[in-house]
Amino acid sequence: MRLSRSAKVVLGVVTVLVLLFIYTPLLLVVVNSFNADRTFGWPPKGFTLEWWGKAFDSPGVREAVLSSLWVAVVSTLISLLLGTLLALSLQRYKFFGRNIISLLVILPIALPGVVTGIALNNMFTTILGVPLSLWTVVIAHATFCMVTVFNNVIARLRRMSPGLEEASADLGAGLFTTFNLVTFPQLRSALLAGGLLAFALSFDEIIVTTFTIGAGETTLPIWILQNLFRPNQAPVVNVVAVVLIVVSIVPIWLAQKLSGDSVRVSGARVKADER
Amino acid sequence: MAQQIQQLPPGPPRDAGSVPRAKTNAFSALLHRSPRLRLAGLLTAPAGWLVLVYIAALTALLITAFWTVDTFTGEVSTVWTTENIVTVLTDPVYQRITLRTLWIAVAVTVIDMVLALPIAFFIAKVASARWEKLLVVAVLMPLWASYLVKAYAWRNILAEGGLLEWLGAPIGLSSPGYGETAVILTLSYIWLPYMILPIYAGFDRVPDSLLEASGDLGAKPLTTMRLVMLPLLVPSIIAGTIFTFSLSLGDYITAQIVGGTTQMLGTVVYANVGAANNLPFAAAVSLVPIAIIMFYLFIVRRSGALNSL
Repeated sequence: MRLSRSAKVVLGVVTVLVLLFIYTPLLLVVVNSFNADRTFGWPPKGFTLEWWGKAFDSPGVREAVLSSLWVAVVSTLISLLLGTLLALSLQRYKFFGRNIISLLVILPIALPGVVTGIALNNMFTTILGVPLSLWTVVIAHATFCMVTVFNNVIARLRRMSPGLEEASADLGAGLFTTFNLVTFPQLRSALLAGGLLAFALSFDEIIVTTFTIGAGETTLPIWILQNLFRPNQAPVVNVVAVVLIVVSIVPIWLAQKLSGDSVRVSGARVKADER
Repeated sequence: MAQQIQQLPPGPPRDAGSVPRAKTNAFSALLHRSPRLRLAGLLTAPAGWLVLVYIAALTALLITAFWTVDTFTGEVSTVWTTENIVTVLTDPVYQRITLRTLWIAVAVTVIDMVLALPIAFFIAKVASARWEKLLVVAVLMPLWASYLVKAYAWRNILAEGGLLEWLGAPIGLSSPGYGETAVILTLSYIWLPYMILPIYAGFDRVPDSLLEASGDLGAKPLTTMRLVMLPLLVPSIIAGTIFTFSLSLGDYITAQIVGGTTQMLGTVVYANVGAANNLPFAAAVSLVPIAIIMFYLFIVRRSGALNSL
């Protein structure tokens, strides 16, 4: 297929326009974090560093960041473990119910967050009588973060040569030795990429969190939502947002470097072929 | 899962334990001999988690939808009734909310598809290798910026005296203000990368040789696109639509931020869990998006889209 020059130009222009559409709102947030006007009218009438100072002095923000970090770290660790185990069993074994389980693992991201949220809320409060806390948030997050790790690991397993593990076994290494010395090193970057995505997903999650968090607890997204509509706090929210955008460049850069040829959406790897 | 546990190719051979220098302990050797035990060891924890946490919760949700709330104590009482379900399905208020939510989700999905196809094509097939990498990162990055921040940015853009008014003023356009249009616009914006990436990966997988062959046989670019590219692309497009459709269908936060008085299914669920304190009714409402998504997944399951998620 040979595209004419003009077709290429048109496609290029559309691409630039879509990228403008994607980036304008993000740039606006950056500008508004310096906007002296609390109502953020456009064009800005003046600039100030006041909000940046306030954001760094705010104990609410600090506490919320710490809760978010804790939740994200714990749920990432759980999903790393469970996602890897699941990928190993689904990729290496054929058994009754295999298809059902592979559907089951994508369900938490295929169903809307509000469904996952209310289902878990209902189970904790009505059925089990467990008080909501940060732990219930962790359980909820681990459930849908698992799939990001799963997708990364299973994609890597599909590309891994079985010969290395066979060679290791032939040389007399036991199962665990083979895993530690042969399988795990090959999985490491996939685990890191999947783990980063799980972390980011958990750190930013708001809908499921709203339904599963205990009263009095705040994660960063919850804090943002609570303060979005307060005229005094809204400028501080912009600052927090900018910091989040800037900080998010680190994991995306890492994940991109580690993942090699793969592209993923919300942790779901778009994979090449089904074995 | 009784008889037919079968080891797939990548796996150690069975009799490797006989090598004399082997530093295997008894447990490892036992696992080595029994693929069934190995599988059980791998599968129990994750499958148990999914079933005990997620499936149990969904089942409980289904059951709760048939319960009711004691009007005096505000506690959930386990009296069986189909009242909630009937109300959700027959009350015109909820019918209207369901249709509106469905319409918003479809509109967002279509807008994202229209925007994603050309840019994904450009990145995969027109841009040079170096630009391709850069553009993929450029599309990925907003995925990591906070959802709330993006919705909030749109609140500012759409506000009176906001960017959109300022841009539109010279050409006589004004901001649509907060409402349904604002919700569609904002959701399309937020979920766009979720559509671009699977479609890009789909384009990327179409071998150039196929396109060249089609061109050599005399097909014009549009014909090639329709007869060669599109059929290969369908699973990726569907994968993208699952994201945008499902994410929009359950949204209520964007509706809260830019929707004005616009109510979506998620809004009703949220209100009934919180303020109205009627979990059984919220459960009944949430069955609507579950049913819609399940129906959609059922239709598209044969296309192979579920493997492209």
